[in-house]
Amino acid sequence: MERIVNKIQALIFKHKNTITFISGTLILVAYASSFLFKNDELFTFALIIASMLGVLPIALQAIQALKVKVISIEVLVTVAVIAAFLIQEYQESAIVTFLFLFGSFLEAKTLNTTRKAIQSLLSLAPLTALRIKDNQSFEEVSVDEIELNDLCLVKTGSNIPVDGIVISGSGVVNEASISGESMPVSKTSGDWVYAGTILDNGTLTIQTQRVGEDTTFGKIIELVEEAQDSKTTTQRFIDRFSRIYTPLVLLLSLLVWLLTQDIETAIIILVLGCPGALVIGVPVSAVAGIGNGAQHGVLFKGSEVVQTLSQVDTVVFDKTGTLTQGQPEVIEDYTYDDDEQLLQSLIVSIERESNHPLAQALINHMKDAAVLPVHSMEVIRGEGLVAQVNDITVIIGNMACMTRFNVNFTPSQQQTLEHLQSQGSSIVLVAIDQQLKAMFGLQDPLRPHVKEDLIQLRRSGIKSLILLSGDHEHSVQRVAQELGLDEAHASMLPQDKSVFIQHLQNQGKKIAFVGDGINDSPSLALADIGIAMGSGTDVAIETSDVVLMKSDFKHLVHAIGLSKAMMSNMTQNIVIAIGVVLFLLANVFLSEWMNMSIGMLVHELSILVVIVNGMRLLNYQKGVKS
Amino acid sequence: MKKAVLQLETLVCPSCSMKIEGALKSISGIDKESISVLFNASKVKLSFDETQVNVDAMKAAINKVGFEVLKMQVKE
Repeated sequence: MERIVNKIQALIFKHKNTITFISGTLILVAYASSFLFKNDELFTFALIIASMLGVLPIALQAIQALKVKVISIEVLVTVAVIAAFLIQEYQESAIVTFLFLFGSFLEAKTLNTTRKAIQSLLSLAPLTALRIKDNQSFEEVSVDEIELNDLCLVKTGSNIPVDGIVISGSGVVNEASISGESMPVSKTSGDWVYAGTILDNGTLTIQTQRVGEDTTFGKIIELVEEAQDSKTTTQRFIDRFSRIYTPLVLLLSLLVWLLTQDIETAIIILVLGCPGALVIGVPVSAVAGIGNGAQHGVLFKGSEVVQTLSQVDTVVFDKTGTLTQGQPEVIEDYTYDDDEQLLQSLIVSIERESNHPLAQALINHMKDAAVLPVHSMEVIRGEGLVAQVNDITVIIGNMACMTRFNVNFTPSQQQTLEHLQSQGSSIVLVAIDQQLKAMFGLQDPLRPHVKEDLIQLRRSGIKSLILLSGDHEHSVQRVAQELGLDEAHASMLPQDKSVFIQHLQNQGKKIAFVGDGINDSPSLALADIGIAMGSGTDVAIETSDVVLMKSDFKHLVHAIGLSKAMMSNMTQNIVIAIGVVLFLLANVFLSEWMNMSIGMLVHELSILVVIVNGMRLLNYQKGVKS
Repeated sequence: MKKAVLQLETLVCPSCSMKIEGALKSISGIDKESISVLFNASKVKLSFDETQVNVDAMKAAINKVGFEVLKMQVKE
């Protein structure tokens, strides 16, 4: 018996849309027969059938809800419709059921649109893989069947099915889904490849290291999914509120009926009290906004994070390299020797032996110089080095190093040196026989557009921008001045940074800490929001609240702007929802035109309005263009 | 204790989540605190005691309140 009931029930749910359509048609037939043929019997009959048919799926859902002790919206509607039916208000009962069904049909359609952002991400998920069997042939299997250490073949144009290591073959992989970087990366034996990335060209054999949800791509998907359903404090409040709200409406309507004996008013209150727009409004904003972020390489860990980020007024950068490209370049050079070619050769040959960070910049600067054998080399820590090449003794180092060896400076050389120092450049000096032969000014260039992006950040309400760096004072101050930062502190150790952040928080500041998500984890945890920039790596996903898949400040601007847009969108939706209910309830008592059908119509419209309002977030595009 | 992830048909009303949660809570062997219904992803995640209950019972309970279960995954 129970099985049959379940079957019928399943059938009704499955054909809910057909039922909606039939009930709508019946209502049209009823009105047509009444107006065109003055056939009142057919009119009433069609409406009765429409009511009975339409209330079926609603009532079934209401019963299920009651079984698990939930007084849902369907319960309110069912009671209202049955009551209207009993007092022979067939028009009302038919139209209300139809509007409710049609409304939920439209809701489902529009909700799917708001979810499309994550679905486009999900569509990158690999479904099948070519597993290599012992005898070198391969078979196509579902990715769920792939196990650790299985060998998979990946051909041009297909998705890489698992995280793994390339053991043979080579190819070019588009890793945009992981790194946000659209430039393809070449892969060969020994390289790591990620599930969900696409092999643009070539053939790879890979050994499986991680499958399914354990892959980086799987973790990104899980993060976004969980985030879309996570709740802000406001939303948790609304959920609790709506749990007691629906029973209250039921009580209120009962009370009105008992006191006034006016059953019609009581029914209207039931219909008007539905909290539909209130319940759906906030989740819609969340799903659309977080989906938008995911599409633009901004991963939020949850709605709570969005809320906090929208209140941030101070952005702290974790190191100079976050704002700069991290690779110093020679920006000015001066030589004082007749044989410049030989001089360059000497410098490059020596620097090739050094692992100092500035050495590479000098080598890049003088690419064409010939390389000579270096006979001996002595490093003076913190100052420079002395080397023998072709029987020439060359000293390369900083000012302290030059003083140590009594190197002479002409007045004009002295002037140039001061000029370079005032720029905040790192300086490399070269001397032979106590004579200064060359001078180089090096700087770590700013990331492209970072200045404009920081101005955008200020426009979106960030009051102070602070750099905490482990680097030397001069380079930190240069970056700070060029970018117009509010504060910059050099030579900071990780614990200094946490103390500094604590200090700011004590002043009541809301802080976002921006870094690579790997270093400085105490500060990342301490800050109100930790933002990892530049990679969708596992560590970044674990430790931070917001992950920016690409090292581009446009994404930071987008993240902060989007968080604000989402919060104001949620507020708008709450105001719309509550406003509509208050407006309708007031009109029950104040106006003549209010009835059940109009109430239901306005209600369903308000639900669509909040969904469409939420959908606007899908198109939000501050800073980035896809 | 094992973990289960159930992929459901697309959920469209937030009160669906309440019903599904309610239906699962009434099954003994499921850790009530662990149940999370992801409305947007249309997924249910929970922990359960495999000696007391299996995923088919969960599927039946969810079917009973009117939702289809498309895919079930159990993890250690």
